[in-house]
Amino acid sequence: MPSEIVHLEGHIIDSLTLSKVLDMILREGGEYHIQNFVMGATRSDASHADIEISAPDAAALERILHSTQQHGVQRPTGEVHLEPAPANGVLPEGFYATTNLPTRIRLNGVWQAVENIEMDCAVVALPNKPPRCAPMHRVLKGDPVVVGDTGVHVTPVERRAPDDVFSFMGSEVSTERPKELVVTAIAQAMQEARAAKQRILFVGGPAILHTGAGRYLEAVIRAGWIDVLFAGNALATHDIERSLFGTSLGVETSTGNAVAHGHENHLRAINTIRACGSIRSAVEQGVLKNGIMHACITHNVQYVLAGSIRDDGPLPDVLTDAVQAQDAMRSHIPGIGVALMVATTLHSVATGNMLPASVRTLCVDSDPDTVIKLMDRGTHQAFGIVTDCEFFLKELAAHLPGANHDGIS
Amino acid sequence: MTASPETVRKVLMCPPIHYDLKYEINPWMHLENSPDTSLAAKQWHTLHQTLADEIGAEVFLLEQAADCPDMVFTANAGLIRGNTALLASFRHPQRQTEEPHFRAWFEARGYQVQTAPEGCRFEGEGDALFVGDTLAAGYLKRSDICSHNWMANTLGVETLSLELVDDRWYHLDTCLCPLTADTVAYYPGAFDEYARTVIASHFKTLEVCEEEALRFACNAVVLGSQIALPSGCPRFCEELQKLGFTPHSVEMSEFLKAGGAAKCLTLLVP
Repeated sequence: MPSEIVHLEGHIIDSLTLSKVLDMILREGGEYHIQNFVMGATRSDASHADIEISAPDAAALERILHSTQQHGVQRPTGEVHLEPAPANGVLPEGFYATTNLPTRIRLNGVWQAVENIEMDCAVVALPNKPPRCAPMHRVLKGDPVVVGDTGVHVTPVERRAPDDVFSFMGSEVSTERPKELVVTAIAQAMQEARAAKQRILFVGGPAILHTGAGRYLEAVIRAGWIDVLFAGNALATHDIERSLFGTSLGVETSTGNAVAHGHENHLRAINTIRACGSIRSAVEQGVLKNGIMHACITHNVQYVLAGSIRDDGPLPDVLTDAVQAQDAMRSHIPGIGVALMVATTLHSVATGNMLPASVRTLCVDSDPDTVIKLMDRGTHQAFGIVTDCEFFLKELAAHLPGANHDGIS
Repeated sequence: MTASPETVRKVLMCPPIHYDLKYEINPWMHLENSPDTSLAAKQWHTLHQTLADEIGAEVFLLEQAADCPDMVFTANAGLIRGNTALLASFRHPQRQTEEPHFRAWFEARGYQVQTAPEGCRFEGEGDALFVGDTLAAGYLKRSDICSHNWMANTLGVETLSLELVDDRWYHLDTCLCPLTADTVAYYPGAFDEYARTVIASHFKTLEVCEEEALRFACNAVVLGSQIALPSGCPRFCEELQKLGFTPHSVEMSEFLKAGGAAKCLTLLVP
């Protein structure tokens, strides 16, 4: 449906001009969406509204724009300015840096949505292709890149409706939140995502294993509630260690006792998988028989294991090139509706950088700093609860159909 | 609702030495129905006398330019607020020649003259009238709604945009007349339903009937409790008297032929 974003300003509330314009749009068969509204602070201050007008066809849109124009509706005039990238992986001077909010650019008189929006990237608009968000390193010499912010429109995240399951949480990190309510809300959000055919992303750290919560995550995966898993070498390693030796970092997860030479177990686990060639091969060869990674393989959950400088091994599945790992993670982002980030700072921030602001994002950590860092780096849509990941995952499993009984080993 | 004693006491008028009907730019103008210019001069002098002598206003005079037959309608020169004069940008080329003359008068009087943004039409008090501190502003027929934002921003006042829907009442001052700081007389039929709602919700109102609205009852000069208005509006006069105003009826037949009357011939100089 063709659309145009227009601006209306003045004493548009007291004069009923806003009501009149909106009524006219509907009367003439169009639809409106108020994208931004700033109410005048005092009687003499003007109010401002950005309104997206859409209509069944271009002629109808033009009619609406023509008739509302005389009531003060201003059409945008600016088009984006494009400049070619000077070299592979180099952006032109003054390039437009993206936010994670829905973004459109005006090109050839038409507003076009930028695909795969994520923060801190550039916008590339190749001829006859939809404009797309491009990380710096993926830009090729000569790619037309948006420069400056003329002709760029960013839609702020809508305030959540009062009946939205997340609405009561706001987005400030707090230790004071009623945690069971949060778990209920996130479980409901996951079910809503499922109903809307959206995918669910889980980002986790090794504390899930150390606290003995691996079995709950495994149950949630086996019940089909996770589509994509992002983690590092550690989560997978300690999960496999638990599966092969019953320990995590050498501590028996069933008893809490440190076992003799247990600190070597995770190295032996890594070595076993390396000998098999990959986690998948280990599952197929019957070496790896349960656990989170086993559940991922057997339930067709995509995973990206991103390496870090202090990794042991690493496991053969771990991507040790950070840029390659980012791209692998990025390829799984489209279609994600809910993201759960549990007990990991680096992977949460890395994922937060790639998520559009429309993704419902929950960050769970025992350290408030993790959530604060995530939001400080621009993932403002995230809300956090400060709690132990074992409590969270246990409760979550209990709230999700299919994850609350068997399968918990 | 009672007449308030404090108000504007100064006005600008332009003696009709070159007043005539040379073109048709509103439904009242018909080239075959030319005004009797000597009668027009008499009517103008009566209005001048009413304002200056009976009401006691100070009347500034501006000499009419030979090529500006409608320059007598000084209300369209602009809008004065404090030290600022917002100069008209007329819609019709026939009246755009008046602009330099009005600008010169404002500048000679020491006003900071401001003009509307390029392409934004604004016809002075014809479409902008203060009701207390609120500016009631008409649009669509002559002034553009963009002039309302410009006025609001330049003067820092709340501006209510009122759509005019009937060509016969092509300026706001033909169908709405501020009586006090919170009261207006108006003819509802000249406005769209949104404007009627806005007027009724912001002000106390006195409705003028169609017959007298066609006699330009609303085109009245309100100076405190004294009101100069076109003759032929007995019901309006009666209502005004009930409210404590003193109406002064002046025959305006020769100016009505050009679509103007008492207020159109008068610019308020606060």
